[in-house]
Amino acid sequence: MNIPSNILTLVAGILLAAVSLWYGQNHGLMPAQASDQAVQVDGLFNMMMTIATGLFIIVQGCLIFVAIKFRRREGDTSDGSPMNGNIPLEIFWTAIPAAIVLVISIYSFEVYSQMGGLDPMASMGHKTPTQLTAQQSGHTPEMDMQGMVAMDSGRNQIALGLGATPENENKPPAVLVKVLGLQYAWTFTYPETGIVSGELHLPIGEDVQLDMTAQDVLHAFWLPEFRIKQDVIPGRQTELRFTPTLLGEYPVICAELCGAYHGIMVTKLYVETPEQYQAWIAAQQVAQAETPAQVAVDVTKLSTAQYLQPYSQEMGIAPEVLQQVSSQHHHSHKM
Amino acid sequence: MTETLTELSNPHTHEERRWWHYFTFCTDHKVIGIQYLVTSFMFYFIGGALAGVIRTELATPASDVVSPELYNQIFTVHATVMIFLWIVPAGAAFGNYLIPLMIGAKDMAFPTLNAIAFWLIPPGGILLLSSFFVGAPQSGWTSYPPLSLLAGKPGEFIWILSLLLLGTSSILGAINFMVTIWKMRIPRMDIHSMPLFCWAMIATSALILLSTPVLAGALILLAFDLIAGTNFFNPAGGGDPVVYQHMFWFYSHPAVYIMILPFFGALSEILPVHAKKPIFGYRAIAYSSLIISFLGLIVWAHHMFTSGVPGWLRMFFMITTMIIAVPTGIKIFGWLGTLWGGKISFTTPMLFGMGLISAFLIGGLTGVMVASVPFDIHVHDTYFIVAHLHYVLFGGSVLGIFAATYHWFPKMTGRMYNEFWGRVHFAMTFVGLNLTFMPMHELGLLGMNRRVAMYDPRFQNLNLLCSFGTLILAISTFPFIINMVWSWVKGPKAANNPWGGLTLEWQTSSPPSIENFDEEPVMTSGPYDYGLGGKKADFSFLKPKRPAMAGSVEK
Repeated sequence: MNIPSNILTLVAGILLAAVSLWYGQNHGLMPAQASDQAVQVDGLFNMMMTIATGLFIIVQGCLIFVAIKFRRREGDTSDGSPMNGNIPLEIFWTAIPAAIVLVISIYSFEVYSQMGGLDPMASMGHKTPTQLTAQQSGHTPEMDMQGMVAMDSGRNQIALGLGATPENENKPPAVLVKVLGLQYAWTFTYPETGIVSGELHLPIGEDVQLDMTAQDVLHAFWLPEFRIKQDVIPGRQTELRFTPTLLGEYPVICAELCGAYHGIMVTKLYVETPEQYQAWIAAQQVAQAETPAQVAVDVTKLSTAQYLQPYSQEMGIAPEVLQQVSSQHHHSHKM
Repeated sequence: MTETLTELSNPHTHEERRWWHYFTFCTDHKVIGIQYLVTSFMFYFIGGALAGVIRTELATPASDVVSPELYNQIFTVHATVMIFLWIVPAGAAFGNYLIPLMIGAKDMAFPTLNAIAFWLIPPGGILLLSSFFVGAPQSGWTSYPPLSLLAGKPGEFIWILSLLLLGTSSILGAINFMVTIWKMRIPRMDIHSMPLFCWAMIATSALILLSTPVLAGALILLAFDLIAGTNFFNPAGGGDPVVYQHMFWFYSHPAVYIMILPFFGALSEILPVHAKKPIFGYRAIAYSSLIISFLGLIVWAHHMFTSGVPGWLRMFFMITTMIIAVPTGIKIFGWLGTLWGGKISFTTPMLFGMGLISAFLIGGLTGVMVASVPFDIHVHDTYFIVAHLHYVLFGGSVLGIFAATYHWFPKMTGRMYNEFWGRVHFAMTFVGLNLTFMPMHELGLLGMNRRVAMYDPRFQNLNLLCSFGTLILAISTFPFIINMVWSWVKGPKAANNPWGGLTLEWQTSSPPSIENFDEEPVMTSGPYDYGLGGKKADFSFLKPKRPAMAGSVEK
């Protein structure tokens, strides 16, 4: 058996490429894809995973190979070869990673731009999308900036986050929701209908914009199935703009440490058909009309427990659990 | 010969240190190096115990072992201890012990400053741990306002004081390393025949000097917000919490390189010795340290891709971060090239060294992934990041510390460690590390956020696996501790040059006498000139004359 080494190299290269490509597409590490951004990010991740798998196999393979081939044999006391460098080889292994990261950078840039990250509204801020909406639809958003602590509308702060995707640029979003993060809950205000909710309901296929801020400390609004996340900052407005593409129920997670109960700052996003969504809106409007006092309550004056009570009911958290949580809270203060 | 003598040293030049010297304010760089190393190992065990509590809590989805407040205190102190009291001082430990020996100097340039730098560490560490009595800080080692201004104020203030002490120590050490390497090499050693560890320490020290003062600035402003009610970072009074993040990461990203470069340098020493082969691409490895160090200063905002950073700035920091992969790749390929064609002895330092390449590679590959803004938006602040940073800092720095500890143990103590238990330690550490941190990648991608005491029950199985890996890591420290303590006291005497190394530290006795070299050391070969002539290396011509040697060993 004397197979020429260049054939062996070729076969090894083909095998390596095949294994990397297969694993890059079939790693199964990502959750469901519920937005266009998710598809784009996963495409990028699969490509990076393919390259990473290839490099992983090459380097770990080399380590195992040298460990076997170049191990010191029993009784051998001589030195290894005096080879101390090889300029062409070094240029090669500088140029290849440089080319790889260049390709990944360009691809990432493209994906980021497709996701709406470079939307001038979002990042450069000639005008915030909220103002644009107000202008184009002719209504004054009465909820605008109100209840958002320290939001200085006069300074016309730049919104940060993901803006409109290129096809939606200069268009107002179909649904606008104001998001407020506070220890340890999210509230969602629908300015057009005045609905305030502890859960986020969105119609499928519509361009949604979330204008977000925080009441107390930093939070981060994360939708794993949508692959989008943005810090929510007291005194600043950030935004996320996306289109839900898959019906279902998804977790909304706070990803920035916000205190002891950071781990339970989770709620749900329901992506619904337009009919379900309208039904939900109608039900909410009826419910909130019945208890108008609730809307007028100044949330900053309520204790956390009082504040959370309606939302926890809605989320189906038993009062005992809440009590347990607050008694734990109490305990540790005594410690 | 007397200008660097300390008040404790004896006029006899072959004198060795007594055990009690290690408990004093001693200006001998070797004593200080060992003080640093032993101290940082103690903090490693404390930080490891805290990690054990974290993983025990996370074995189940509910918050059932410690209260959520205490959990936040524990992970905050875990990270702070591991970074500022374990990896950073461990780098300073080897820098102190090795630099003067490697460049043929008698001591560091500023011995008293050196001792002061060390003696800031124990108060800093004790201060930090004492914060548990009043409620330790609970806003993570990043201490982002406004949370850090609201939760656990006394602990937060103690944390700031402690970090200011440790940062000062770090700056003093860095000045010393820079001046020593620059000015005190033996005349024949130009910068291109200097051991690569010294290059790594230059790169590290430059980073420390440029970035640590910015952290100090951020912490002092934070302290004003905390105790004096100013509003630099507090949005309630018009401050900007994002400014703190910029200032914090301006230090804390370079800190990653401060933590990894010394052990990259150590690895570049260890691999050639145990493979008996010259380092592959000396200049590429040397200059890549400097390039990493420079690029390390302009990537900080990649920790803030989901924070208040405009889109174009996210793109800038993405590209600079990606570029760091190139010099890092040069190092990894250079090490593989060093092993290729060598005669590899599977000593414990070599095993840890190869383990470092293997584990750090994973951290490097995920590092390129998280540099990509769209992907990072998904995984930022998740367990994917926890996995990535532990592959870099545990798989890179900690395995490097172990490799270096075993490699220079005979030089430092004059005795050999037990090879069998060293290999057991390596095997358990390597298995435990992968078992602990590998499943975290998947957890993060699937949607588990970090810094949580309670999590979605669907993540429990993977978390159990992580916790089991931590148990193995915890057990693995026992063979290490017993091996180190036993060997230091009772181990067989080590030869002056047990590995057949060519760098100058192997030319003197083990342990070296008080002024390092009994005679002026002579460079008769480059630091990595293995394999010349293909015969068994005979380094006797490099060693100091026999009588001097014998004298120091007997004493």
